[in-house]
Amino acid sequence: MSTVTTASPEVQEQDSQRGSRNTDYSLIDCDIHNAIQSPETIRKYLPSRWRSHHETYGVRSYTGSYYPRAVPNAARHDSWPPSGLPPGGDLEFMQHQLLDEWGFEYGILNCLAGGGGRNLDFAAALATAVNEWQIAEWLEPEPRLRASLIVPFEDGDLAAKEVDRLGEHPGFVQVLFVARTSEPMGRRKYWPIYEAACRNGIAVGIHFGGAGGHPITGSGWPSHYVEDHGGMPQAFQPQVTSLVMEGTFERFPELKVVLIEGGFAWLPPLMWRLDRSWELMREEVPEVKRPPSEYIREHIWTTTQPVEEPERPEHFHELLRQMDMDDHLMFATDYPHWDFDAPTSAFPRDMDKDLRDSILAGNARNLYGLP
Amino acid sequence: MIDSDVHNELPKLKTLLPYLGEQWQVYLNESAFVGSGANDYPINAPVAAREGARPESGPPGSNIDLLRTHVFDDMGANLAILNCGFRPGAVHNQDLAADLATAVNNWQIDEWLEKDERFRASILVSNQNPVRAAAEIDRLGSHPGFVQVVLPVQGDAPYGNLRYDPLFEAATRHDLAILIAFGGAPGLPPTATGWPSTYVEEYVDAGAIFQSQVNSLIFEGAFDRHPGLRVVLSESGWTWMPSLMWRMDKEWKGLRRDTPWVKQPPSAYMREHIRLTTAPTDRPGPDRAHELSEIIDYLGSDRMLLYASDYPHWHGEDPSAWMSDLPADLRERITHSNAAEFYKLTVTA
Repeated sequence: MSTVTTASPEVQEQDSQRGSRNTDYSLIDCDIHNAIQSPETIRKYLPSRWRSHHETYGVRSYTGSYYPRAVPNAARHDSWPPSGLPPGGDLEFMQHQLLDEWGFEYGILNCLAGGGGRNLDFAAALATAVNEWQIAEWLEPEPRLRASLIVPFEDGDLAAKEVDRLGEHPGFVQVLFVARTSEPMGRRKYWPIYEAACRNGIAVGIHFGGAGGHPITGSGWPSHYVEDHGGMPQAFQPQVTSLVMEGTFERFPELKVVLIEGGFAWLPPLMWRLDRSWELMREEVPEVKRPPSEYIREHIWTTTQPVEEPERPEHFHELLRQMDMDDHLMFATDYPHWDFDAPTSAFPRDMDKDLRDSILAGNARNLYGLP
Repeated sequence: MIDSDVHNELPKLKTLLPYLGEQWQVYLNESAFVGSGANDYPINAPVAAREGARPESGPPGSNIDLLRTHVFDDMGANLAILNCGFRPGAVHNQDLAADLATAVNNWQIDEWLEKDERFRASILVSNQNPVRAAAEIDRLGSHPGFVQVVLPVQGDAPYGNLRYDPLFEAATRHDLAILIAFGGAPGLPPTATGWPSTYVEEYVDAGAIFQSQVNSLIFEGAFDRHPGLRVVLSESGWTWMPSLMWRMDKEWKGLRRDTPWVKQPPSAYMREHIRLTTAPTDRPGPDRAHELSEIIDYLGSDRMLLYASDYPHWHGEDPSAWMSDLPADLRERITHSNAAEFYKLTVTA
């Protein structure tokens, strides 16, 4: 990263004067992105065979799905650390700008590197390297942080092995997928991962993004970044459909799935649609014993960023009642990305205090078993 | 009452023989070609036909007398918009696809439009070849029986893509609407995550493809390049529309610098240019019926919904059941005025 912008001295001055926001409630951030500082950083954690591969070929993923972000690294302008490291790559700056500033009790790291790639052996080695880097450079130095376990999710057995290797580590609270997998997530190739997650008592997260080799629409490739970014809810919906209709939650009754950065206003109409369709065609999916909405309300959690913005605040309250998942909504900022949500302004001001507290911290504390 | 989505189907592929040139007659008689291969509604699936809609011979929707009995006599429509489910877009041979579309359209004139003045029909086109599609639209655009052009929700590029300009130019030149309908089989997976295992998933997942098409039409500027473009979305629900409005308006606020031709919030384009048919209506259970009123309120317009039976398809309940609690003036809009205005029809009740 040769060119790095930093906050101007004036802004930094204002920031230091503002200090912690001193909110009067607990806060847990369920979506923070820690960035690998440089290719050399991750190579230190790779065995020599894969270090050489990384130097020679890099990560080969599904090409042709490149929609340049509106800003470099999709980052907030003020999130470029003075150290010259990339946004999300400087722990000290993250502590200052995010954890201390807002007073977060815990933050969940979702590193967006290392799970994909077409060479599955390399993906497994890279996942292990990322996890070791997370332990050494994030979890051990900062007790407020927890992390998602990076796995080569396109190979169920290799991924399950990594889950078993680190699932007991108290720093890892969930296994991370991206929304755009190569197959819908209810398909059997992924079952060993769910089995391992349940065996280790951790959740499965599905984060915005990825490249599984297919267009983001069911009708080919769009033209603009806004369609790729704004089209992500259309990638999450078939994942929910697949997980439910393949009977995944019957097979793995302990499975807990977190939708991260996918929105949630689409959930009520999707639940209605799934229930009606199941009623009509349930003989095709005999493993599905109950109305899909029941599985969703039991097994699926969702983070709130980018928060839904209905035209009127009362619509937001109605939406939450339609969802009926008050204890499954979890606040997230998406730091350091440009579409950051702040805990003080993400929700309507007249939100019930108990509900606000559950969303801002309580639900995540329960799901992830945080003290 | 206007029924805005009724399917008139070919009794069999060879019904088209008299409408095809010699090359394709030989091809249909001697090759292994058995149709488009789209199979949007597996013929024995519960969704393929409502009770009593399977004729003695031919697929549901292929018998004009049975269809008229059900749509006009039993369900009470005075006028029906036909939407033939044949899918030229699933035929990789583009010459054949275009000629099949022409054949189906001529068959629709002979066997449907000329047999009953209560029918209006949709022009089929080879959507994978917008230039050929435009030629077919120009051939038929002045025929009073055709009110729109049908595109399957699954094409090989989203419909806002610049490649479709000739098609939309032709449609707007003749003041025809565009119907985006459930189905299509371009050879691409129906989801962003590949191919699902079951039909019920494909059926559910189609809702998301419609959402993608709205994203594309608006952000790729189709309504800005073609101000007269009118689009109706059919057969995959509509209660997801407000959630899409909110998401797209938010995206537009953050990213509109990339698509400067989009001058208004996306929800404004939707209310002006897009309509949705009401079969199926995905809705909460009877104990939470007020939530459906909330969704209608979020649409922010009483002009967007067009009543449809989606005959002969069956989505689990009588297609008018969901409307029983609506205020009378809104029900009138949905069952009559909205479609009459959108399609510029005069209907005597």
